[in-house]
Amino acid sequence: MALTRLKHMKKTTRSNLITFGIVIVFYLVVEALMAGGLTSSSFEGQLVPICAYVVLAISLNLTVGFLGELSLGHAGFMSVGAFAGVLLWTVLGKTLPAYVALPLAFLAGGLVAGIFGVIVGVPVLRLSGDYLAIVTLAFGEIIKNIINACYLGYDENGLHFSLTDAASMGLAPDGTTLINGAMGITRITKASTFTMGIALVLITLVVILNLIHSRTGRAVMAIRDNEIAAQSVGVDLTRYKLTAFVISAVFAGFAGVLYALNYSSLVARRFDYNTSIQILVFVVLGGMGNIRGSIIAAALLTVLPEMLRGMDDYRMLIYAIVLIVMMIFNQSPQIVAWRKRVAARFTRKKGAPAPQKEVA
Amino acid sequence: MQFLSYLISGISLGSVYALIALGYTMVYGIAKMLNFAHGDIIMIGSYVIFFAFGSFGWNPVVSVLFAMAVCTVLGVTIERVAYRPLREAPSLAVLITAIGVSYLLQQVAQLLWKSDPKSFTSIVTAAGLKPLALFEGQLVISAETIVTIIACVIIMAALTLFVNKTVPGHAMLAVSEDRGAAQLMGVNVNATIALTFAIGSALAAIAGALLCSSYPSLSPTTGAMPGIKAFVAAVFGGIGSIPGAFLGGILLGVIENLSKAYISTQLSDAIVFLVLVVVLIVKPTGLLGKKVNVKV
Repeated sequence: MALTRLKHMKKTTRSNLITFGIVIVFYLVVEALMAGGLTSSSFEGQLVPICAYVVLAISLNLTVGFLGELSLGHAGFMSVGAFAGVLLWTVLGKTLPAYVALPLAFLAGGLVAGIFGVIVGVPVLRLSGDYLAIVTLAFGEIIKNIINACYLGYDENGLHFSLTDAASMGLAPDGTTLINGAMGITRITKASTFTMGIALVLITLVVILNLIHSRTGRAVMAIRDNEIAAQSVGVDLTRYKLTAFVISAVFAGFAGVLYALNYSSLVARRFDYNTSIQILVFVVLGGMGNIRGSIIAAALLTVLPEMLRGMDDYRMLIYAIVLIVMMIFNQSPQIVAWRKRVAARFTRKKGAPAPQKEVA
Repeated sequence: MQFLSYLISGISLGSVYALIALGYTMVYGIAKMLNFAHGDIIMIGSYVIFFAFGSFGWNPVVSVLFAMAVCTVLGVTIERVAYRPLREAPSLAVLITAIGVSYLLQQVAQLLWKSDPKSFTSIVTAAGLKPLALFEGQLVISAETIVTIIACVIIMAALTLFVNKTVPGHAMLAVSEDRGAAQLMGVNVNATIALTFAIGSALAAIAGALLCSSYPSLSPTTGAMPGIKAFVAAVFGGIGSIPGAFLGGILLGVIENLSKAYISTQLSDAIVFLVLVVVLIVKPTGLLGKKVNVKV
């Protein structure tokens, strides 16, 4: 009964269910392994980052894969989200119970990242192609530099803020420093758990998959496929571009909060352009516009350097080579054609009729 | 007087950016790809000079020439192995491959030479050049600064002549204008792109020598930040344009140095990037970039 219903389901619904299924099965398998004591502590330490990177990859896929704009500043949104969420968590976590303070921290992270999404998106989305890429990179670096130079604290007179050094904040001796410049936020009460991470992944999936298959999502993809054609049938370019960009930023903010609450300290340096590029690598290797691919690529590539830890010095070298070889193997027209020929030869051996020669 | 000194060192830093930006802008103009690994070729070039000159005691000029040769071979090899198979692939695929090559070069450098920074001996002072003192010693310009600026101007002039007056240069212009049409006219596109990579990489070696002479700390990530800044400079001036790379590089260096001196050391990078954002929003193709009208 259930099977026949699955068969008659719409293709997209079925595909979405498979995606959810993969995440849930992954969760159950890992939980079972952990309960059985079969996982190493280094792997367990990777679980929350994996969830954070999966959310980041899905959200960046919305910008890169569905909107078709290359963004190199995704870590910047992650960074502002992380700082906003962690600040709220440190301030509220002492007074409010965790089940109130934590959702508030996530909301704050998403909200602030979304506001930055609007601030960055309005000017940036007027540009196109590589120019857009470089400006998002610039914004990511600006955010990193400003947070790096940012000092924030409070005492009985209220909040104190400075962009030069801790002394010029004018904090009373008994005041508390919240952000200490390049040292960032320290002594964070860790709060992220694997279950929380998976919950965030599932929420992200629900929102983004529904968005893609909605009117908005179709408009966004129409812009990607042909901007001029989309405009001429009345798609409001600015509105839909900004919608996709801001939603992408909001989820990067959520992921930032999740990631930051997994560690006891938070520095802005962590979210530099290398992080942005790493997320982009997940999206491209997983397949642009393919949400399931993003999830798998993000999870595998986060674990890969850990798995190669035995070959310590060589692991990043291997990672680099894997990256280059996979790109050439998957994307080079000559190699793709060669792969098709090899595949055709194998299918023919099994008794299939010889394939027609492709007419270019 | 102090302002003048900051300005001049800014121009010197900008000249290095301009040299690196040339590599980006030429490759972008001709192969339509962002060569993220360019910054790391600078790093490799600097290490070659470090060993040729510092450890084997070669003549500074010979060391630089040797590094140029090594970088040229490296650049052309990377192009042949990693980028050429992806010539017809989507541009993002090439971008990710370039990022992979960049990681690869950094990791190889780390394995070969370890990650602790090496102290680079200035090849300019070693060549016996003295700092220039002006206004009765009130303004001292280091020899590195002078050599950097002069080298940059000479290279820029030579490159402009090469592109505009020689046959291979015309081939480069033709390929950047319309690759398909150039191929139909008998231009060897692969050879032209390889030549572009060769020139860009050789310039990267010179930029590395000058950069490390002024800022003498060399580690496997030395090339990354100057690489990004030079890339910004190339976009700033209008990517694909040689005079644009020159103008963008110099402006970027001057803005960075002046904001370091007068506004805030920590925020200087933010200011540099903010200027870029403002310029691109006002003039979306960069200062000297060509406006391309899209026809339906």
